Amino acid sequence: MPATMGASTRTAGPGGLRRLAHHTIFWPVVALIALLVANTLYSPDFLAVSILDGHLFGAPIDILRNSAPLLLVSLGMTLVIATRGIDLSVGAVVAIAGALSLSFIATSPNPGSVTTVLVAIAIALGLCLLLGVWNGFLVSVVGIQPIIATLILMTAGRGVAMLITEGQITTVNSAPFKTLGAGFWLGLPAAALIAYGVYVVVALITRRTALGMLVESVGINPSASRLAGVRARTIVWTVFALSGLFSGLAGLILASNVMAADANNAGLFIELDAILAVVIGGTSLQGGKFSLSGTLVGVLIITTLTLTVTIVGISPLVTPLFKALVVIAVTLLQSPRVRERLAARQRQRVAKPEEVAA
Amino acid sequence: MTATTPQKTATPSGPDGPGGNGSRLPALTRRLRVDRRYLPVLGTFVVLALILAIGGVRYENFLSTGVLANLFINNSFLIVLAVGMTFVILTGGIDLSVGAVLALSAVSTAFLLDAGLPVAVVLPGAVLIGSIIGLLIGLMVHVFEVQPFIATLAGMFFARGLCFVIAPESIPITDEAFVALAGWDTWIGGQWRMTTSVIIALVVIAVAFYLLHYTQFGRTVYAIGGGEQSAQLMGLPVARTKVLVYVISGTCAGLGGLLFAMYSRSGYSLTGVAMELDAIAAVVIGGTLLTGGTGFVLGSVLGVLVLGLIQTIITFEGTLSSWWTKIFIGVLLLVFVVLQRVLSLRKT
Repeated sequence: MPATMGASTRTAGPGGLRRLAHHTIFWPVVALIALLVANTLYSPDFLAVSILDGHLFGAPIDILRNSAPLLLVSLGMTLVIATRGIDLSVGAVVAIAGALSLSFIATSPNPGSVTTVLVAIAIALGLCLLLGVWNGFLVSVVGIQPIIATLILMTAGRGVAMLITEGQITTVNSAPFKTLGAGFWLGLPAAALIAYGVYVVVALITRRTALGMLVESVGINPSASRLAGVRARTIVWTVFALSGLFSGLAGLILASNVMAADANNAGLFIELDAILAVVIGGTSLQGGKFSLSGTLVGVLIITTLTLTVTIVGISPLVTPLFKALVVIAVTLLQSPRVRERLAARQRQRVAKPEEVAA
Repeated sequence: MTATTPQKTATPSGPDGPGGNGSRLPALTRRLRVDRRYLPVLGTFVVLALILAIGGVRYENFLSTGVLANLFINNSFLIVLAVGMTFVILTGGIDLSVGAVLALSAVSTAFLLDAGLPVAVVLPGAVLIGSIIGLLIGLMVHVFEVQPFIATLAGMFFARGLCFVIAPESIPITDEAFVALAGWDTWIGGQWRMTTSVIIALVVIAVAFYLLHYTQFGRTVYAIGGGEQSAQLMGLPVARTKVLVYVISGTCAGLGGLLFAMYSRSGYSLTGVAMELDAIAAVVIGGTLLTGGTGFVLGSVLGVLVLGLIQTIITFEGTLSSWWTKIFIGVLLLVFVVLQRVLSLRKT
């Protein structure tokens, strides 16, 4: 059977297409393109990008900018999920990062100075890294299931964020901090540059070194990889720490977007969106192989979907319904049973012409 | 002899319960003949008693029947959710959709009553909505092998989105029959106030208890949690049971929505946000392992009561801000999870 499949894929044209259709991110990419096409049909200048005040403007730029926090969170989530884990606490960490940085800036004597902002960012990121380390400690050393270990911080974290802001919605005025979320560098949104920069770095480190493979090996079989000399515990610990750090960065961007620390609503449900993005991208929740490009597509789908709903004029509150439909469609298409059916049908189709040729 | 194992669990009462008196405890548990399966639930019970004691010492009217009766009245919907969640978690699954399904059921109740439908149609209808969503999730999990986390996540988004389609705004419930039903109460022994929702919650607990411990279905639920393949090889109806636990959880969420509508006399799309986490926390604090196979319905009920009591204490304290509730629940979760971990390490 595999021989016939191989033969069919080596032929040009339809065979190549078939191999493409078997790629894990084929359906997600189709979904993304369909969304973009639908948008262009609805408003023809959807994909148009114009230059205004030396910056790029337009819906695609909006998508890039809006996707920044989710991309950062999903990046950490992908690595965590690849080790068979899950991180539910990212939303709470986002809230804590925003609360801490803005509270620090608000109480500092000179909120507008770059030094203050840099210190605030450093403190917030440091704490978030620590929170990630805490999650990693619970999972890798204490041995608690990731879902429950991070549920603890998910529950307590928002309480901590409210503790920091003392239940108020802290608003500040600080030009350097505002740049992070709303500013432009080289004509592009700063937030997008940061997020996509981190994405490229992580992609290079995991795919150009053995690290990505080690992460996958831990996800596929923790004890076997440990016996093979992989430091499973350190790797699990590292991915949770990274997830905390990236979430913190996402929290800073989100906080700088609105310049207000809302402990209750900052990053609300971002963990679910991130998990969704990862799953849409074809990374299995059972760990093992992960696809960063898939995650990127997943993030873009979710961001585009959210923007589409707003553009079409449907209440953004209904967005979850569309998200649900996308998830159901993609997960069903990726489910083993449907794949078997599709594969079986293709095998039949491949078998026929070969008989004729013989 | 396994007698050394239960010692830690006998006192999962405080953050550092087990300590120097470890040698006396196994003897104690042996003498009391406590089955080690009950130890986590016993731990929850001890925590509950401790909170009651602390509250009783600190605040004057804390240990009154009024406060305790209100505990049940204010948490009846959460009890129903936690009971349904217990079934799913016992099979090793998880249900993230319950909060959104609760909202959908409550909103549908309000919407249908507002449209003039009689209570006799609306009440079963609202519960049925939950059952149907549960059934769809169960089919996704079983037939298409979608992970429970993702399937119920989709269910959650679906239900929450649907809420806003039905009613973007809060709908007050003015239907006379419904209001009468919601406002009905009785006094047990002249002191203990029971509302319709409390009675419904108690009935749900009783039915769940019977289902889990006295039927073949219940034993299959435990068997699946213990090892799905083994259950399959034993010839147990794994497929049917796996779908059914999600139907039960969905039904409980539907019923919970009804209770919430009775409690708030309205249907609002944003109710029950993150309530699934409260339900999961209650189940975990109640001694059910998230890996499945171990736990009890009554433990989950105790878990809900612990959460409710924390809330009550913070209300009584007055000076403590509401966000401390979240921090306390997180800490309590941590203590219980670590203790369970210690337990399972000693077992192996």
